[in-house]
This record gives sequence, C-alpha cells and structure tokens, in this order.
Amino acid sequence: MNRLLVPVFAPGFFTSGPVHTALAVGTAVAIVCGAVGVFAVVRGQSFAAETLSDVGAAGGSVSFLVGLAPLWGFLAAGAGAATVMELIGIQRPRGRDLAAGIVLGASLGLAALFLYLVATYHGTSGATIGVLFGSLFAVDPSAIPAVVALSVVSAGLVGLLQRPLLLSSLSPDLAHARGISVRFVGAIYLLALAVSVALAALTIGAILGTALLIGPAATALRLTRHPGRAMLLSGAIGVLAVWAGVVLSYDSYLWPPRGRGWPVSFFVVASVLVFYVGSAVFARSRHGRRSAGRS
Amino acid sequence: MSSPLLALEKVEARLGGRPVLREVSFAIEPGEFTGLIGSNGAGKTTLLRVILGLHAPTSGSVLIDGRPRARRAMPGAVGYVPQKFLLDPDVPLRARDLVGLGLDGHRLGLPLPSRDRRERVEKALAAVGAESFADARVGELSGGEQQRVLIAHALIGRPRLLLLDEPLASLDLGSGREIVSLLHRLSRAHGIAVFISAHEINPLLGAMDRVVYIAAGRVASGSTGEVVRSEVLSRLYGQHVDVLNVHGRVIVVAGEGDPADPGADFKLTHADARTAS
Amino acid sequence: MFSGVMVNAWVAGSVVAVVAGTVGFFTVVRGSAFVAHAVPNGSFAGAAAASLAGVNALLGLGVFSLLSALGIGWLSRRGRPDVATALVLTFMLGLGALFLSFGSEYEPQVYSLLFGDVLGVSSRELVPTLALGAVCVLVVTLVLRPLLVTSMLPEVARAHGVSVATMEIVFLIVVALATTMTVPLVGTLLLFSLMIGAPAAARAVTNRPLPAIALSVALAVATIWIAIAAAYATGFPVGFFVGATSALSYAFGRLWRAPRRGARPSRW
Repeated sequence: MNRLLVPVFAPGFFTSGPVHTALAVGTAVAIVCGAVGVFAVVRGQSFAAETLSDVGAAGGSVSFLVGLAPLWGFLAAGAGAATVMELIGIQRPRGRDLAAGIVLGASLGLAALFLYLVATYHGTSGATIGVLFGSLFAVDPSAIPAVVALSVVSAGLVGLLQRPLLLSSLSPDLAHARGISVRFVGAIYLLALAVSVALAALTIGAILGTALLIGPAATALRLTRHPGRAMLLSGAIGVLAVWAGVVLSYDSYLWPPRGRGWPVSFFVVASVLVFYVGSAVFARSRHGRRSAGRS
Repeated sequence: MSSPLLALEKVEARLGGRPVLREVSFAIEPGEFTGLIGSNGAGKTTLLRVILGLHAPTSGSVLIDGRPRARRAMPGAVGYVPQKFLLDPDVPLRARDLVGLGLDGHRLGLPLPSRDRRERVEKALAAVGAESFADARVGELSGGEQQRVLIAHALIGRPRLLLLDEPLASLDLGSGREIVSLLHRLSRAHGIAVFISAHEINPLLGAMDRVVYIAAGRVASGSTGEVVRSEVLSRLYGQHVDVLNVHGRVIVVAGEGDPADPGADFKLTHADARTAS
Repeated sequence: MFSGVMVNAWVAGSVVAVVAGTVGFFTVVRGSAFVAHAVPNGSFAGAAAASLAGVNALLGLGVFSLLSALGIGWLSRRGRPDVATALVLTFMLGLGALFLSFGSEYEPQVYSLLFGDVLGVSSRELVPTLALGAVCVLVVTLVLRPLLVTSMLPEVARAHGVSVATMEIVFLIVVALATTMTVPLVGTLLLFSLMIGAPAAARAVTNRPLPAIALSVALAVATIWIAIAAAYATGFPVGFFVGATSALSYAFGRLWRAPRRGARPSRW
C-alpha cells in the first residue's frame, strides 16, 4: 500500500503541519462553497459573488496594512458590500452589471493602493500574492476554529432555508404567495454568500475565489437536477478539487523550479475546470446526441 | 402583366424541427395593404422572417418582383418594423438618429453630414408626425411614438414593401388606430405595399385590400369578403368556426361541432376561397 | 513629470485612452461588460508567459487577448456560456500566476500586471502600442455605422443585411487589441474601469451617438491624465486613480441623469 502512495504523496505530506491546516481549512470551505454556490448559480448571482470577491480584495489588503489576519478583512468588506447591495436592491437587472463593475473597479483600485502601502511601509512581501491568489499553506492554524464555525453557520443557514430559497429563486411571486418573505430569504442568502466568498478568498485568493464557489456547483448541477443532491455533490467535488490542489502543490516542491512549489490556487482552479469539463462531456455522452441549440 | 411585388409559392418552413409553415402560397401586388392575421404561434413571425430572408424555407420559393429572394437581406427593397423593440433608455440614440440609420446604417466609413441626408430624415419624421420628439431618446419614447419612429426608419430607404411584425400588439386602441391610418395614408401616398401582421383583424378592417389568414402554418388569402367567412376559416382551422359581423366589426368564435382533421391534401388558395360557398 | 521616461507614459496613455473610450462605448452599449472584464484575465496569462519566455509582453498579451476574445464569442454562440467562460478565465489567471511564480520577480510582476505601472510602457513597446492604437481607431471608424446598428438594434440590423455575427467578431477583435495596448499601463484588473466609466458618464450626458463617443474618449483621456499625474506625484499606483476617477465619472453620469428620469415632455 505504501508503495502506491509514495508516487502520489511526496514524502512528509501526512506529517506536515501546514498541510494539515490547509486540508482542514480547504475542506470546510469547499463544503460551504459547494452548498452556497449551488444557489448562486440557480439565482444567477455569479456577478454578485464576483463583486463581493473583489471588494473583499480591498478588505484583505487593509488587513495586511493594520496587521489583522486577512480573513477578517475579507469578511468585513464582503459583509459591508452585501449590506449595501441589499439596501440598494440588486434585483433590478438594468444597469446592474455596470454598477457592479464600477464598484468592483473602485475596490480593486483601493486594493492596489493598500497593497502598495503595505509593501512600502511594512516591507511585507507576499501580501499581493496572498490577498489575490491566496496562500493556503500559510494560514495560521489558530484560524481553523473560526473558519469551521463560519462554514457550519453558513452551510447550515442555506441548508435550513433551501426550500424557501429554491422557490423564491425560481419564482418570487410563487414564493410570496406561499407566505415566504422573499426579501428576508434573499438577504440571509446574500450574507451566507458574502461569508462563503470571504472563506474562498482565504483559500485560493480574492480573484480566484469565485471558481470554488461557482465551479463545483455548476458541475453538480450538470449531473443532477435535485437541489439537495446538488449541494452535497457540489461540496464533494469542491473537497476533491481542494485536496487535489493541496497534494499536487505539495508534490510540486520536487518539480522543476527549484524547490519552490507551484501555487496551490492554480491546482485547485485547474481541478475545478477539469471536473466541469468532465461533467460536460459526461452529460453530453449520456444524452447520446448533440444538443440542437441552433434555431 | 407585371409580376406581383411579392409572391410565395408553396413555402414550407421548420423551426426547431417542427413544421411551422405548410404550403404557404399567396401574392401581393404593388401598393396593396395586406393584413396577416393569426393567433400567437400560428407562424406569423416565421413567415415575415422568411420573406425578409432571415429564415430559410425548407421548400418553396419567395419571389420579389419576379426574382428569387437573395439569401441575405437586401437593404432598400423591403422595409421592416420589428415586433419587440425594447431599447434601453440609457442608450444615447435620438429618434432622429435612428431614422438616419435607416438610410445608411449599413455603410462603412465615417458618416459625412450632408444636407440631402438631413432633409430626407426631416421628411421621414414629418411623414409619421414625429417632429415633436425627434430629439428625444428612442428608449424614452412611448410605445406609439417608438412605432412611428420605427416606421420612419423603415420608410426612409424608400422601400416598395413595408413589413410590420405585430405593431399593434403593445398599443392601446386609440394609438393603434392612429398607426393604421398613418400606414394607410403612407401606402396610398407613396404606392408602398404594406404587409402588417396582427392577431386581431378589426383594427385593420378599414384599411386592408387583402387579408392573409394564417392558422397552424396554413394560409387562406383573398379579400376580406372572400376569406373572413365561417366556411373558409373552418376549413383553415380544421374545426367549426363562426364568423359574426356586428356593426361592421368581425368576431371569430370557435363554434360547436367535431374538430376535423385538415388532411394531407388540404390546400386553400385564392381560387378556393372565392369558390367556397 | 513631462520628461524622460514619463514621456512614454503620457503618449501611450493618451492613445490608450482614446481607444479605451471608443471601444468602451460599444462595450457599454452592447451590454458586453462581461467581455471587457474577462478578456484581460486571459491576457494576464499571456503577459506572464511572455515574461517567462523573455519575449515582448505585448506579443503575449496580444495572442492571449485575441484567443480569449474569440473564445468567448465562440462559447457564447453555443449557449450557456457564463460558467464555462468564467471558469476558463479564472483558470487563465491562475495560469498566469503559475508562470510568474517560476520567475524571479514574482510579486512585483504580479502587481504591475494586475494593477498597472506608470512606467509600464517601455520605449520598445511605445511604437507597437501606437500602431495598435492606430489600427483600432481605423477599424472602428470603418465599421462605425454597422457596429452602431448591430449594437443598438440587432433585429433591425439583420433586416438591413448587416451581419450581426460578423460585427460581433470585429468587436471582439477590437476589444482584444484594446486590451493588449492598455494592460501594461493600467493593469488587467483596472482596464475594465477605464473602459466603462467614461462611456457610462458620456451616454448619460448626451442623446446623440457620435457626440457620446467623442465625450467618452475625452473623459477617458482626462481619466488617464489625472491618473498619470497623480501617480507620478504621490507614488501611488496608477490603477488606483483610474478606478477612483472612473467611479466618479460613473457617479456623475448617474446624478446628471437622475432629475431628468421620468420627466418627459407631454405628447399623446
């Protein structure tokens, strides 16, 4: 058995502290992103996730500036943005993309400023990479309880609300008719989304984070129509992607560029893409014939 | 004998695998005002798209001035007023600009301002009564106003045939009546053939020279007196249909009786409609 | 501030702004904000690859921008593109990070590619940048009217015989060229702001298409000039000023239009 494992897992994998932390954090985050992501896709709120993520970049940069753990910066910025979005009402589609784009741009500009200040005044290197592309192996183990708690709460909220959430996503009028407060459910969801986005940013960075949120969810939705099953499947796919990312990144220390290792986030995003493409191929072959999309 | 302006001969068309037009044949003479009447899903929009060259028929021919319709739409010969036209109020385009694009929207290169162009735009706007809102944004106009601007846009190229896809659908009765009388006036004044689709025949009754009634992809064409009759429409719909004339308006209702299967040899042409007793 | 290496910044910046203002206008009118956001992500990987290979960054940017733009167009014609496109482009970002991680200046390079660099247009890149700018302006001038018609009135355009599909491809190519030129100065993450802030304001101020394009260009140029000057004076990144100025332009446009909304002259 050992002989099988050795080529896959580079030596020291199972005993490495950072690896344990990475796996713990990554697994928790993948599960919650899987659950929350399914609804992001169903509700067509990928743009909102993108915006929250980029606003989070500004927050994460500020954290570095003031010496806080990036998670809190991501969270605060995301929660703030979510509140504003909720207040001004993101339901109206007209001009929404443009407004989101401007907010996104302004936030990234701020992130640029803060990261510059960090580099200039703190001399900290790695802030840019850390905030934007994540540094999973550098996460402080003391953050694990917070991450797990946030994941459980968010996933729990979405799990509890899944039926009203599904109904109001598909048809707000129908949901209203059943006495569901569409506004309230939407607001709660937005909060869960903001938290998931922050967690994803912690894992693979603010500008790559949405892949973990949308990818596994979209993959799962290609394979099953049932929302409950989709959430579970999506979480599983996300966990697989994160594990693949951690393993490959750890192994890559032995690969070409002299003991530096390839970025974890790269492998995670690559895995997510591979799974998505795989599911598309699988779904198409299951149907047997080519989809007649042209009218 | 000059050939008709527009002639369809046994046109068949499919949409998403389903047959939408079956053996459609009719002709329009120059200057005629023709209504294309049918309910939603009967095939009106597809028929218009086939005439415009935007949808290829699976068989049959479309002749404009006796010549087969080119695969790609030709600017100038046929004017088109589309059905759905929800322009974003944020888009910077005045009514005047939209009409101008009807003249040269397809030309490459920089638009050179010319007096001739300006005058033609002014004339087109005046013809549809749009002078008062010519400088307003198209996206901010009311439905009726937008309709007028679109008509001006289609007319400025001096087409001989004007196609309108359900222009009355989103208008109130008053505005609809104004649009129909405007089109009638323009048709008479400039000898333009008008082909206008609608799901209600009454707003067009006073203006039509000819009607093409479409149901389930089949058509019956002729004058209103010839086509809008119980016998003809019953055969077209494949079930018993009553046509009632009340104060000069027409009411078409489904009647009692067994729905009849049209059958494979069901054809209604000019001749049939006239001889149907 | 106007001598030496800064000359490149001013010259290139002005050309970049003209192109960004023009291309951005069509992006906004076509509702293709997504494209303007996505293509730069793809170009990031190209620039990283070029840096790794020791080749002119513009080459890497150009090739990957073009591939991304056309890829997006191809995918969107197949229906349900959003997720696939988003995932591929995020992957491109990750790929770019990977390439840069092989190099020796990982962090500074990531930073300047993402957020821009006032000195980002070197002398060796100046002439190609100007050439690209000239090509973009020429192409847009040539297809101005068909592009306008297909952007604003696709149904009607088809009836006129203008090929909507062809114009879409032309548009995507121009976006790719604009991206290539703009990234070294403004960065992939902030390019989007430059391209949409100015047009969003311009279209709020004027009703007419051509003046709107001109105003969009003017605002974009103003944005770049302010950003370059401020970046030079404070040392803060040029991308920050681009983002901030664009946001202000957009806000100005919204406010300008706000009191007028709903107040139309009375007609029947």
